[in-house]
Order: sequence, then structure tokens, then C-alpha cells
Amino acid sequence: MAPSYNAKEEDGHQPGATGHGGAGTMTNKKPDNTAFKQQRLPAWQPILTAGTVLPAFFVIGLIFIPIGFILIVYGLTLLIDYTGVDMSSPCYNCSQSYSWNNTQSCTCSVHFSLDQPFESNVFMYYGLSNFYQNHRRYVKSRDDSQLNGDKTSLQYHICTLNRCSKECEPYRSSDKPIAPCGAIANSLFNDTLELYYIDPNGSRTAIPLVKKGIAWWTDKHVKFRNPSGNNNLTVVFQGTSKPVNWRKPVFELDPLDSDNNGFINEDFIVWMRTAALPTFRKLYCIIQKKPNNMTPTLPRGEYILEVTYNYPVRSFDGRKRMILSTISWMGGKNPFLGIAYITVGSVCFCLGLVLLSIHYRYGKRNNSAEISS
Amino acid sequence: SRKVDSRTIYVGHRPCPTTEALIPPKFCDNRIVSSKYTVWNFLPKNLFEQFRRIANFYFLIIFLVQVIVDTPTSPVTSGLPLFFVITVTAIKQGYEDWLRHKADNEVNKYLVTVLEDGRRARKESEKIKVGDVVEVVEDETFPCDLILLQSSREDETCFVTTASLDGESNHKTHYTVPDTEKNLESLSATIECEQPQPDLYKFVTVFSRCVVFFRSLGPENLLLKGATLKNTQKIYGVAVYSGMETKMALNYQGKSQKRSAVEKSINAFLLVYLCILVSKALVCTTLKYVWQSRPGQDEPWYNQKTQKEKDTNLYLKMFTDFLSFMVLFNFIIPVSMYVTVEMQKFLGSFFISWDKDFFDPEIQEGALVNTSDLNEELGQVEYVFTDKTGTLTQNNMEFIECCIDGFQYKYADSGTELDGFCVTDGPVSMLQQKAGREKEELFLRALCLCHTVQVKEATGQGDGVGDGMIHPADLRGFIASSPDEVALVKGAMKYGFKFLGMESKNMRVMNRNNDVETYELLHVLNFDPVRRRMSVIVRTKSGDTMLFCKGADSSIFPRVRQEEVDRIRMHVERNATEGYRTLCVAYKLLSSEEYDQADTGLREAKLALQDREEKLMAVYNQVETGMSLIGATAVEDRLQEEAAETMEALQGAGMKVWVLTGDKMETAKSTCYACRLFQRSTELLELTVRTLHSWAKSKPVSAFSVPPRSWSSANQDYGFIIDGATLSLVLNSSPDSNSSCYKSLFLQICQNCTTVLCCRMAPLQKAQIVKMVKNSKGSPITLSIGDGANDVSMILEAHVGIGIKGREGRQAVRNSDYAIPKLKHLKKLLLGHGHLYYVRIAHLVQYFFYKNLCFILPQFLYQFFCGYSQQPLYDAAYLTMYNICFTSMPILANSLLEQHICMEVLMDNAALYRDVAKNAMLRWGPFLYWTLLGVYQGLLFFFGVRFLFSNPALQDNGQVFGNWSYGTIVFTVLVFTVTLKLAMDTRHWTWINHFVIWGSLAFYMFFSFFWGGIICLTVKCAWLYKSFIYTTGQKF
Repeated sequence: MAPSYNAKEEDGHQPGATGHGGAGTMTNKKPDNTAFKQQRLPAWQPILTAGTVLPAFFVIGLIFIPIGFILIVYGLTLLIDYTGVDMSSPCYNCSQSYSWNNTQSCTCSVHFSLDQPFESNVFMYYGLSNFYQNHRRYVKSRDDSQLNGDKTSLQYHICTLNRCSKECEPYRSSDKPIAPCGAIANSLFNDTLELYYIDPNGSRTAIPLVKKGIAWWTDKHVKFRNPSGNNNLTVVFQGTSKPVNWRKPVFELDPLDSDNNGFINEDFIVWMRTAALPTFRKLYCIIQKKPNNMTPTLPRGEYILEVTYNYPVRSFDGRKRMILSTISWMGGKNPFLGIAYITVGSVCFCLGLVLLSIHYRYGKRNNSAEISS
Repeated sequence: SRKVDSRTIYVGHRPCPTTEALIPPKFCDNRIVSSKYTVWNFLPKNLFEQFRRIANFYFLIIFLVQVIVDTPTSPVTSGLPLFFVITVTAIKQGYEDWLRHKADNEVNKYLVTVLEDGRRARKESEKIKVGDVVEVVEDETFPCDLILLQSSREDETCFVTTASLDGESNHKTHYTVPDTEKNLESLSATIECEQPQPDLYKFVTVFSRCVVFFRSLGPENLLLKGATLKNTQKIYGVAVYSGMETKMALNYQGKSQKRSAVEKSINAFLLVYLCILVSKALVCTTLKYVWQSRPGQDEPWYNQKTQKEKDTNLYLKMFTDFLSFMVLFNFIIPVSMYVTVEMQKFLGSFFISWDKDFFDPEIQEGALVNTSDLNEELGQVEYVFTDKTGTLTQNNMEFIECCIDGFQYKYADSGTELDGFCVTDGPVSMLQQKAGREKEELFLRALCLCHTVQVKEATGQGDGVGDGMIHPADLRGFIASSPDEVALVKGAMKYGFKFLGMESKNMRVMNRNNDVETYELLHVLNFDPVRRRMSVIVRTKSGDTMLFCKGADSSIFPRVRQEEVDRIRMHVERNATEGYRTLCVAYKLLSSEEYDQADTGLREAKLALQDREEKLMAVYNQVETGMSLIGATAVEDRLQEEAAETMEALQGAGMKVWVLTGDKMETAKSTCYACRLFQRSTELLELTVRTLHSWAKSKPVSAFSVPPRSWSSANQDYGFIIDGATLSLVLNSSPDSNSSCYKSLFLQICQNCTTVLCCRMAPLQKAQIVKMVKNSKGSPITLSIGDGANDVSMILEAHVGIGIKGREGRQAVRNSDYAIPKLKHLKKLLLGHGHLYYVRIAHLVQYFFYKNLCFILPQFLYQFFCGYSQQPLYDAAYLTMYNICFTSMPILANSLLEQHICMEVLMDNAALYRDVAKNAMLRWGPFLYWTLLGVYQGLLFFFGVRFLFSNPALQDNGQVFGNWSYGTIVFTVLVFTVTLKLAMDTRHWTWINHFVIWGSLAFYMFFSFFWGGIICLTVKCAWLYKSFIYTTGQKF
């Protein structure tokens, strides 16, 4: 019925007769035969085979599981809550009798014992909880140009002309501009912690606490700078007032080390780096290892933590802690990291085993078959 | 009182002395304005246009909220991308408008010659007024719509090509107003014509010389603006329509916007994400006030509020908090997605026009992309509506055989004998017999006379080769509107009768004895698709008046004597089943009374101002009766290259192919068989006028209630055939309750058939069918492909319109979304490009939503840990640059270059097309998968880092990390995960993919190094840090 057509048959068409439509506009519009334009760029097409996938799984498993174990096992942490919520706790009295105007500081001592010696450098942190350092109003309540040593933000008449940061409100100025201004600086942690080792014979030995090197290098050397011009900080900060909650002005923060005063005080810098979560810790000091390296930094035994209790946290149901920790190359002890490594490693390893058995049973039948089709 | 639907024009602004004083009518000037903007209104108008887009408006609102309300992120974060998008779009549109201005000026400032009070004056084209007499010389374009008054040619005609209007480059003849006086200066006349209307081929006018002299004018007297004068030295014409009222300007209108199904999916997803956004903001606002109500939380001693904050009204505070949360989370719906999608579409469409497989050496052209919005729709086609002539077939007509008086004549050898007939097997076993010589010659004369073919003159210099029909033998070209006519004239030439051309109303024919016969052409009864026939009335030398008529068998047979029909019908039907186009030829000797009657009828009808068409039709039908049938012709129309393979591939890809043709059923059916649309095993269901008649005879029931057949036999292929007349019964039946029932029943039957053939369709019916399928249940994606003006309606109607750069002008190409040179290219366009584009854009869209969900989810979760204070987790720079710089390039490159399966495999395995059918990759299932993936990863990022920060001493020096470091760690993990996810999805790694994926990761590291230095996490790089740090503001 249907006649057979030969599609390739010459259609007897005159090539000269086809070029209508204006000979002048006729250009050769033949597309370029380049690999890009023809979508024929040489391409690597990854194909997953048993040969590549299985070793990858095993390698990941074999690397991750040991790392996880090391992270879990290695490192020591000790945590002591000295808030004084319970009647029985030594700092209960101090926590009750709180007032910013107290000139008399309240001290309390907390006894604790170490079951294991802490080797190498030991880091001492103070921890706060339920303290929202990451609240937006709090985070932005600072004046970075002031902290970087910009003198104009210290001068009263300029500040009143609204030239200095408004973000510091309501901690911007009292009668004079406040230095350092803002809520962060105003709420600087001001408890003093001291650590004593109690020898078996009963005598107390003060453990040296080093305050150097607790702040970030960049913070100390780049972001925070004292106003230049005069080495005498008292002169520089003339005409400013201390933050409302502070007992001492900013240039007297560290009575022992004159280079650690003003905006570059390391405790101050550490505090100014706002924490990410409402429960946080900040580096207080470093207990350096003994030079002879024969005895541990903190040997096993009894200790006393002497707290000068200044910082009120009960009003917002907060907690204060002292934390001793050793540090590995991956940072402080963090059980989560170890567990995560072990989990990922073992999942990969198990998957590898499952796939290997599948490959062993079915892969032989057609050798060329790929695991993922 | 004058009718409002016509206008009166005074030629040369001279009123008739007899009529009332001239009231100069107001017409618009001859200025063409295609530009949208002026210098003054560009900014407001363009901005208004741009912000009418929902997405832009949304981003504007977000931006304004950021400006007005104290929000956590600065207005720059959303303002900058928005500004970028708006500016780029404005520049693009401004440039396009500048080009339009330039083109307008070129047209408007063009100098033309106008006759004013007997003097020739040069004027700018825009100053022409309606009624001016304009002079146009050869090769100039007409400055406005003119009525031809005078031509330099002796026969009062001029030639015109309308290539720029409808793309037809053949010469068309136009006539001067008959019998006007030659002196244009003293001519005073009025022209009464219709109000401007866009139809190029419709024009009804009466020309009157001061009441005493009336002539009717038609489109053959009207010279359209934009057309070019050819082969004529000079003409004079009077302007009737000017400026924006010309037919060209009225036809110039933007095509309606087609939107792809993908865009609809995107909008649906956007809505989901908007809901997520609003609910996130609501949850946070509510929890914030719940949290604050606990004592000591809202305002602890270390974090006092300012006086202003304390004074603010609680409800106002709640509202601004809600807005702040909205702003904080608004990155979930990114501006950049719109930009990326647009860019992907725009750049991606180049691959179609660059494809050298689409290049046709014959016409020296490749594929043409008129819109880039529909690239992905090419991968979603479910129904293909194809034209037959010129699309499935080549529209390259060749005279195959004829049948005279029941005897078959097949042309065998060219010009061996003077009467080069070679008689093959006659139908009724009348071997070696011929019809009488008289009949033969009558038939051939009919072929030579009954047409509207022009002979191309040798002076034409090849600038208007017409449809390329140059006969190789004697370099004589024929120009005709339809290639069939040329084939017939050339067929007659093979048998010794040569049409020599027209000489002032005389047709000259050279007969077998090389004598020239002349016939006076009295009337042409034009072809139209409703009558499906055309006739001429000629007067021979001897004074006889004859009517020759040729047309489709169905329109001729009822008008001739029945006994003649039986002899010829067999031939016609056999030819039709072989796939030839058949025409029947009849004639009639008109007595002088008959002629006079016809003549007056025709003249009256031609003069009519109203319903001219209908009146003409009535006269035509009256004249074309009682003819006697002489014979039939068979013309072959070859199949396009690889038509069958293409159709097979389309069907293999799960598309349903419907053939919509104006041709007759038998011809169309055989084409379908040849294209393998119908297989031998296909069971054909016919619903045509013929079957309706036979059913009506057997039992008087509705055709639709007839065969309660079992559709269950799953393996059986069905083909369905319906013709135009029956279709109009189905679609336009009386508006009773049954009509919609018929329609849905019809649709149901059609959708169960693999192939549907609709024959004898009017152009509008084609569009009707497309519309019906388009709006049917499940709204399938339709594609129309055609090459001629009669396909334009269905090309515009379908989701995707494809034009073939064929022989029937360029109208289809201009109205199409994509144009390809040959039908065979459709296979690669759909199965290759379409499939890839769909997969690419679907992946692009899903990936974009995914990456923004897992970007913003940690920010949402962080609110639970910062007292719902709208503290952003990420730094502002990261928020802004995440979508612009860090993650945009890899996905753009991937969405342009990805070939999850390479092109050759896609083309070889048509069934792969079914994998992505019905929007498979953008349905709720995949969307849910991507969303869950985004949620899962967002949770993992946030809580992973949250637990990591249970001891924030992450360095070996014991120093702790703060909140910005927290965000930066989350962000770093996020950027790496999101980019590596894309890397894992990439199946086709070219060097560009490598460059962009690893490059953007490297860029991120580099940037962070400057910005935050978090990269120094594990590396001791303080010395590097130190050197960079002084130049950049530090936050971390």
C-alpha cells in the first residue's frame, strides 16, 4: 500500500535558485565547528566502580576511627561550679550579699582534688552559663574605632556631636564619654581566681598563673590599641570616665604589668570577643609546665580555688565555673568530636564491608558490571 | 451622515467642486513609533515595568523594610543584588529601545517625493499626510499605504515584493485604479475606504471621481508600507493609511508571552518557600516574646535597653521584630536565582543556534532561536502537531501523471516525440488506448490557462527568483503563489503546451505545432480554501467564452456530470493512495447570455463595500456549475529527508503525533503510512463525512454512540482520522448540553490513539485542536511544527511553536519560537537539546532552593541560642556574597554544560525522553527530596558546630572562639558541602567545570583569608595574617 520513499534521493533542486532573500545580506552563517559550541568539550565522566568506592570507604574508616579514639581518650578536663547556689557551697554567702557599690570584696575558697595528674600546659578557664553574650543588642554595643585607639571617640565634645558610635547606648557617656563604652565592656568579668596546691604535709603552695598569651594575637596587636601620643595612659584617658560597673578605670586594670593596661589588657580583650552560645568559657590564664619536665604541671592531690567573688549571676539564673583543661593538637577535650569521628569512620567501614560482600557475591557473575549503573 | 466604519480621503486634498466644502478630516501623521521609551520617561517607566514583576517587587519591599526598620543586616545586603539586577535589565532594555529609536528615525526621516499643487517636493517621510500623492521609484519601499494611481509600465501594473512584510520574495502584481485620467494634477476624486485593520490581504474601497464615476478597489490596488517596488520605474499613489495606521504597523505587535511549565513549578516552589519564610519569622517572633516573659531574660543587668526601646509600643515592637526576622531569613528566596535562570536560558539557547547539525547547506542557514524562555519545554513535549505539506513533505511539486477522460498518461521520456505521451496500463484494461486528441488538447489548454502563474521576465536580473522554480531547459521562470500551479504548467509544457505569459489581458499559449494561441482573460475566480477550487473565464480567438476550473475532487465532482465522474474517480483515488496530490480539471462553454449574467454578477459583487467576500462566493458558486470533467492530475510531493525516522523517534520518545493538514484524506493517509505514523498493524478509525453518511444510512443514531468496542486489547495501535467538516460538527455543535460531552469524548478517543490525522483543516481549526489538547486534563505540553502561513495560528497556540524554513514564505518562522531548516532536525532539538535543557534547568532550580535552605536554616536555628534577638549568624559580607560569588558560578557552568547522558546516546535511545516526561524532575517528590536534603544538611551544619563549640577552645594555644568564628565555621562547611554536592552531581567534567568548581572554592578561601582569617585555624600563619591585617577591617 504505502509506497517506499527514498529519503536520501536527490531532490533535483537547483542550487542557484535557492539563494533568494537578498544576495547582499547573504553571509556564510555556518556555525563554527568548535568543541565548545558543539557541546563536545573533552570531558571526564566519573563512573563509580567497586574498585574505587570500596577502598575509599575502607581508607576513610581506618583513618577516622583511630582519630576518634585518640580524641576521646586523650585530654583531661576538670569543671568546678562555684556559683554558690546551694546553702552548702562555700560561695553561698558571697553570692547572696551582692552589690556593685561594695568596696569590700567577698572571698571564698573551694576545695577540690585531682585524681589524675595534669601533664604539659594546663589552661584555666572561667565559664558562664545563661549569659547571652550573643544577644544582638549586646553584640553590637561596642565602639570598634574607640578600641582601636581612635582618640576622637574619647573626646567629649565630639561624642556629644554624635560623631562616636551610637551603638554604645545606653553605656555611651555619663557626664564624660565612657572608655571603653558599651554593654560588653561594662559587664567585664571581674572575679579573681587563685589556685593553691595543698601539700600532703598541709602547706599551701600558690600555683603561678600566667596571663600572657590568653588573647588572640590579632586582637592584641591589631584590633585593640591604646590611643597613641603619650605613654602615660592616665593622661591619655583624661576626660573620660570608667564604665559604670567597673571599680577601676581602664588604665589601671593590671596593677602588676604596666604593659597590660588600657584597651590592650588581655583579660579585657578576651571578654570583648563575644561568645557564640549562652553557655561559654573564656581563657583565664595558663599554668605552664615545669621546666624540668619531671613532675606533672598539676600533680595528683588536693587543691584550693580562692575566689574573689565580684560578678553577680544569680539575677539571670546563671552559673559560674572554673575549668582546668589540657589541650591536644585538636584543641581542648571535646567528646563530641571523638564520637563524630568514630561514627563516621565506622559507618564507612560497615558500608565498605556490606558493599564488599555484595561485590563478592554478585560482581563475579558479570565482571564488567558496575556497582552504580 | 457618514458611517463610522469608513473614512473618506480626498486625493491631493482637492475636494469635488460639487460637494459641500471640504472639512479636512483628521488622520494621524506618518510617523512610526515602535520605541517604548523617550529620554524623559525612560527611568520611571522602565522602573515601573520592572517592579511589576512579582519577584522584583518582593525584593524591593525587603529592601525598603531594611532601610526603614532597624534590621540585623544592612540594606546593602539585599539592595546591592537588586540594584545590580535592575540596572543590568534597564541597560539591556534601554539599548534595545535605542536601536528601535534609530530604526524609527531611519524610516521617519527618509526623504520622499510628494506632488503638491503640480510641483514635486521632497519631504521627510513622517510629514506625509493622508491624501498626498506620493511618487515612488524602483527599489524604494513605500512610505505608507498607497493606492496605486499611475504606473510607468504600459499595462498599468507594477510589481512589488513583500519580503519584509510576510517574507514572500516573489513578485506580486498590483494594478492601477482602472480608467482614471492620466493627469494627476487635475484629478479630483474621493476614496472611501474602511477604517484601518491589520489583515494584509483584505482591503475594500470605493474610488469615486466626484460622484459620477465609481470603481471598486481591492488589495490588488493597495501598495503596503514596507513593501518594495520592483521591475517598475516609477509609480504614483495616494496615501490612504499613514503612520501607526498602516497595515504594517497594525501587524507589528509583540507576540504573547509564552511561559514554560518549569516557570510555573518555580513559582509554586517559591510559594512554598515564602510560606517557610513567613512561618519561620512567626515562630521566632512568638518565641521571642515567650522567652522574654520569663523574669531576668528580657533585660539582664549586663544588657540594658535604651530609653527609646523602652518607650516603643509593644505591638509596634512585635511588628518590627517580625519584619526583622523576615529580613534575616529572606535569603532563602534569592534574587540571584532569577538572574541565574535567565542567564542559563539566554546563554543556553546559543547552543541551539551554534549547532552545526542544524545547518542546512542548501539554504545556508542554521537553526534560529526567537525566544530562549522555552528551551526546557523542548524536553517536555507530549503532543506534536505537524503540518503535512512542506513539513512532512518537501513541498517540491513534480508532475507525475494525468488522466484524461479516464485514460492514464504517464510521462516517460522527455521530448522524444512531439506528442510525448506514453500510455501505460489503462485502468479499465484499455491498454494502448488514448483519449481523443481533441480531449487531450482541451485538457492541456486547461492546464495552461487555468492558473495565476506569471512568467518571470528576463529583465528581472535574478533579484526575485520567486520560489526558485526556474525550468532548467529554457531558463524560463514561473512565479506563483502555490508550487502546485507551477508543477501543472510545467507538466503541460512536457506535453507540448507552453504558457508564454500575459500580454495586457491576453494569455499566450504555444501549442504542439509551435503556433501561438492567444486567449483573452476575462475573469479569474480566485482560489480559496473553502471552495477548494479556482476558475478562469477566457475568450478564444474564435469568440467562444470558456470557463476552466480546477480543484479538489470533492469540490469538482458534485459540479460535473455523474457519468464522467465514475471514469475518473478511480484514477483520483488510486493516485491519492499513492500519496500524490490530485486535482480535477473541468470546463464549461459559456453562452453569451450566461457570460453576461456572470459578468454583471461578478462586477457587482466586486463593487460591494460590505460582505464583498460572501457576495463573490455566491456568484462563483453560481457560475461554477454544470461543467464537464476532462481529467485529473497527479503531482508528487516528496517526503522530507528522514521524515519517517524522525517520526518514529518521536513516537518512541512517547510523544503523540497528530498530523493536521488541509490536504485530502487519502493523500494525507498515504503520507502517514510513508512516515510510518500508521503501521500495517494500526487499526484505523475513521470519522469523516463519508463514514458519517454511511452510518446515517445504516442506522439513524449519533455517530458517537456507535461501536461499543473493546479498547482493552493493549497491544493494538489505533490511528484516528477525522476531517474538517466532521470536526466542526464536534467542536462547534449547537450549544446544547451534548456538545461538551462530544468534545470530551472525542478528546478521549484521540488521546488513546497513537496517531491522529486531521485532514481538510482550516488554519483556525488547527489552532482549535491544539487549544483543545492543551487545555485537556493534565494540561500536556504541545508542540506545533509547520512551515506556512496557514500554520501560524497553531504555532502561536501551542506551548512551543517550531517553524520550518521552507518554501511557503517566512511567516511561520517569524511567529515561531524556534525555527529549523528541516524536519529531521526536530529529533535532535527535542531528544537531544530539549532533554538536556530540561535536566539542566530542573537541577538548577532544585539546587538553588536546596543551597539557600541549608544556608539560612542555621541562621534560623541560631535564634534559639541567642535569645531570639535577630543576631545574624553570618557576617554581612558572607550573606551578600554567598549567592553572588561563592556558589553561583559552579551551578551556572553545570547548568550550561552538563550532559548526564551524552547527546548521541540520547538521540539513539528515544525512550530516554520518557524519563523526564511530565515534568518528572520538578514534581513534588524531587522537590521534597531536595528540601529534606537541605534541612538535613542545615541541621548537621548547625548542630555539628554547636557541639563542637561545647568546648570553644579549638586551637592548641587554648584560646577560644567567638560568635563570628562560629558563623564562619558553619559558613565554610556550608560552602564546601554545597559545592561538593554539585561536584558529585556532575557527570560531565569539562575543564570549565573543574575551573569553576575548584576556582570558586579557592576564591572563597582567598576571600575569607582577607576578611576573617578563619582559614588560619589549624595553620600557623600569623605572619601572613599580620601583613594583610592592616589593610582590612577586622571583625573576628
